[in-house]
Amino acid sequence: MTNSFGEFADAKMFLCIGTNMTEAHPVASTFLKNALRKGAKLIVVDPRKQPLADLADIYCQIKVGSDIAFLNGLMNVIITENLYDKDFVENRCDNFEAFKAKIMEYPAEKAAEISGVDAGKIREVAHLLAAVKPAMLCYTLGITEHTTGKDNVMSTANLQLLLGNMGMPSAGVNPLRGQNNVQGACDMGALPNVFPGYQKVIDPAMTEKFAKAWNVAKLPDKNGIMMPQMMEGLVDKKIRAFYVFGENLANTEPDIRKVEHELSSAEFLVCQDIFPTETTRFAHVVFPAAAWSEDDGTFSSSERRVNRVRKVKTPPGEAKPNWWIFKELAKRMGHEWASNSGREIWDNEISILAPALGGIKYSRIEEDGLQWPCPNTEHPGTAFLHRDGVFTHGKGIFNPVDWKPPAEVPDKEYPFVLSTGRRLFHYHTRTQTGRSGLNFLMSEETADISADDAQRLGIGPDEYVKVRSRRGEVKVRARITPQVPPGMVWMSFHFRDGSANWLTNAVYDPNTLTAEYKACAVTVEKL
Amino acid sequence: MNITINGKVCEAVEGQTILDVAKANGFNIPTLCHLAGLTPTGACRICVVEIEGMRNLVASCASPATEGMVVRTDSERVLSARRFIVELLVSCHPLDCMTCEKTGDCTLQNLAYELGVTSSKMEGEKYNYPVDSSNPFIMRDYNKCILCQKCVRVCNEIQGIEAIKTTNRGFDTKVATAYDTTLQDSNCVFCGQCVQVCPVGALTEMKSKGLGRAWETKKVRTTCPYCGVGCQLELHVKGEQIVKIMAVEDASPNKGRLCVKGRFGYDFIYSEERLTTPLIRENGTFREASWDEALDLVAAKFKQIIAESGPDAIAGVSCARSINEDSYQMQKLFRAVIGTNNIDHCART
Repeated sequence: MTNSFGEFADAKMFLCIGTNMTEAHPVASTFLKNALRKGAKLIVVDPRKQPLADLADIYCQIKVGSDIAFLNGLMNVIITENLYDKDFVENRCDNFEAFKAKIMEYPAEKAAEISGVDAGKIREVAHLLAAVKPAMLCYTLGITEHTTGKDNVMSTANLQLLLGNMGMPSAGVNPLRGQNNVQGACDMGALPNVFPGYQKVIDPAMTEKFAKAWNVAKLPDKNGIMMPQMMEGLVDKKIRAFYVFGENLANTEPDIRKVEHELSSAEFLVCQDIFPTETTRFAHVVFPAAAWSEDDGTFSSSERRVNRVRKVKTPPGEAKPNWWIFKELAKRMGHEWASNSGREIWDNEISILAPALGGIKYSRIEEDGLQWPCPNTEHPGTAFLHRDGVFTHGKGIFNPVDWKPPAEVPDKEYPFVLSTGRRLFHYHTRTQTGRSGLNFLMSEETADISADDAQRLGIGPDEYVKVRSRRGEVKVRARITPQVPPGMVWMSFHFRDGSANWLTNAVYDPNTLTAEYKACAVTVEKL
Repeated sequence: MNITINGKVCEAVEGQTILDVAKANGFNIPTLCHLAGLTPTGACRICVVEIEGMRNLVASCASPATEGMVVRTDSERVLSARRFIVELLVSCHPLDCMTCEKTGDCTLQNLAYELGVTSSKMEGEKYNYPVDSSNPFIMRDYNKCILCQKCVRVCNEIQGIEAIKTTNRGFDTKVATAYDTTLQDSNCVFCGQCVQVCPVGALTEMKSKGLGRAWETKKVRTTCPYCGVGCQLELHVKGEQIVKIMAVEDASPNKGRLCVKGRFGYDFIYSEERLTTPLIRENGTFREASWDEALDLVAAKFKQIIAESGPDAIAGVSCARSINEDSYQMQKLFRAVIGTNNIDHCART
């Protein structure tokens, strides 16, 4: 997030696109609701009329995967009606002319045709957005989980640059991150192209810096491969050993049958987890790990805030802290590592090696955490990025992007679009929530469909249906709901039985290799 | 501006209530219905104070401080008014403190103790509501409700859920869902914010029942293990057992708020199904192994693969739920020890 949750309550305007905030980030949504009570405006753009849409001043029910067409059409109105922030665009941004040329290809009528939101409403959104400044743009996986995910993100940034909604409180581009420490895992360099602190592995100065710090002669200097490539590598044996730490890939990745074929092809699979999962079934060695509350450390939240996590109990049996397991493996491969606790790893290594985290020490985050960038121990942390329109590259860069349809669209044989997401009462594959009593509030998966489709297919409330795609099929109860438009099915992947991932399409954004969980074609049959 | 409280001259700013100024200056005024940040209702009257030149006692939570005001928070008139209010509340309250989950952390119990109220002179009708323990998270015993309406206000004004309101009038006033259903049959989202603010034993955590008294638990601040908001939790821990979870008041980012997963989704760590020993696959099944054996096996296999096929034949994914320090160690293992950048996690999904 460029900005912070603390700015929600004072925001004047929100544009929420592809975010099911009341279910996936409930506490964040309470601050948004507080702002609405004080008169803030809300525009919601989402294929599903989820609870946030009920609170919106304007709700745009776009077709699945039409985000860029909608946003380009919106920006077309903003540019042609001269509603944009000319001062910000001229002085703080680059590449406006090329961007404008692309946007001119998307008049509101064309955007309307692709997105299903009528041109008048697109103009209405443009006028409301231009009338209130600043606006906070929030998105979640509705933007990223597409074959055009990266371009979708670019498009949201283009809009905020055009409106000059950057570099000030209650503004910015704000992806709400789904997991407690997905921000931190990125910050720590658990990515194939960067060391901790986003320092590139292909930069010789960086490999030299880290080789010295880690006391090794050299470090690999070309980018590694990403998760889907790793798993495909298990089949063609390019990858001979695969180490899975705390991920239940057999349930979370698209097209479960494909994933399980890959996992079962592994020559040597190591799993490190707190529970036996569908993934550990394929392991050759399983390491039992300490869970949350069984170790001292830090999480980094969506707003770049490094918060303390504390130990209150010992791990069960022989389970050990994860950092200890990695350290022991390193030792057995000839490397002695000095740090012997979360605090030593953070204070003596991470905060020394990652400049943006340099000022964050355990002693400073006993209570409220600190938000990076926080370069030195006097620095108070950074609530919002790009202050006064100063960007990492100097100026903000417009990236012209084109709309492309999802890889698989409905046809005669598979006439419904399946989109997926998370539900309030569960978290991912329920390894945690399924063992905390939350099944009481939701005990099985459903296929959410419209009343129109239910009536047409003769499906009654809670009756079993078969949902089938080119990859597989599931039997689940139908949940007939006004949230879902005709022609759409919406499901989650919380339950192994009836998981959407038996159906989802393993196709990826070409740059990020994010899978298109949000769009594939299915058929629904009454049972 | 300045106001005088119990003889002490206190600085106050425009918009502060008498209660705000008193708190800031270390004077304790009890409250039952007061909720910081929300418009005061002045409903319970327990925070009354005496103001020079005013005929009636005023509710300090709802009265703005004004220049030159002279306030007494502890006069006999004030204390006797508070005593009267507590006696009224106690008159229909089941005095089962010995077995009540809230004992030791109950505002009404503390007030009765401080004001020397042992029983009520006003014998009258008692409530006889059934106790709702039909869900595993929130226990509702409206026989203990003092109608401060904090639960209603957080549900409506803070969480924006609007699951509960008061129904009926007079003695029969009761907090209820629409049509007075169970919570699970209403639009309640089980965030438990109502439990967090309840000053008495009307709303308590089902999971905490019998696990520990308020004075037995230590409070440990930590961060929620669910979504990316990073809510700050206060774990109430007895021995190694989490008795309950509250939100840390005034902490960033959640300012005392939580959701269902953060407040109630913690006991997976105590599950009998936890992995407790290293496992090695042998003849298609797992057998238990020592750490030395399992670690040696993995290290040897990695070394063999590196020697035969190079380090890029090994790949790994880190965990987006575990702590930063774990992800740091894993990428360090891959880069510095194995010698590959084939390290990733579910960053982009």
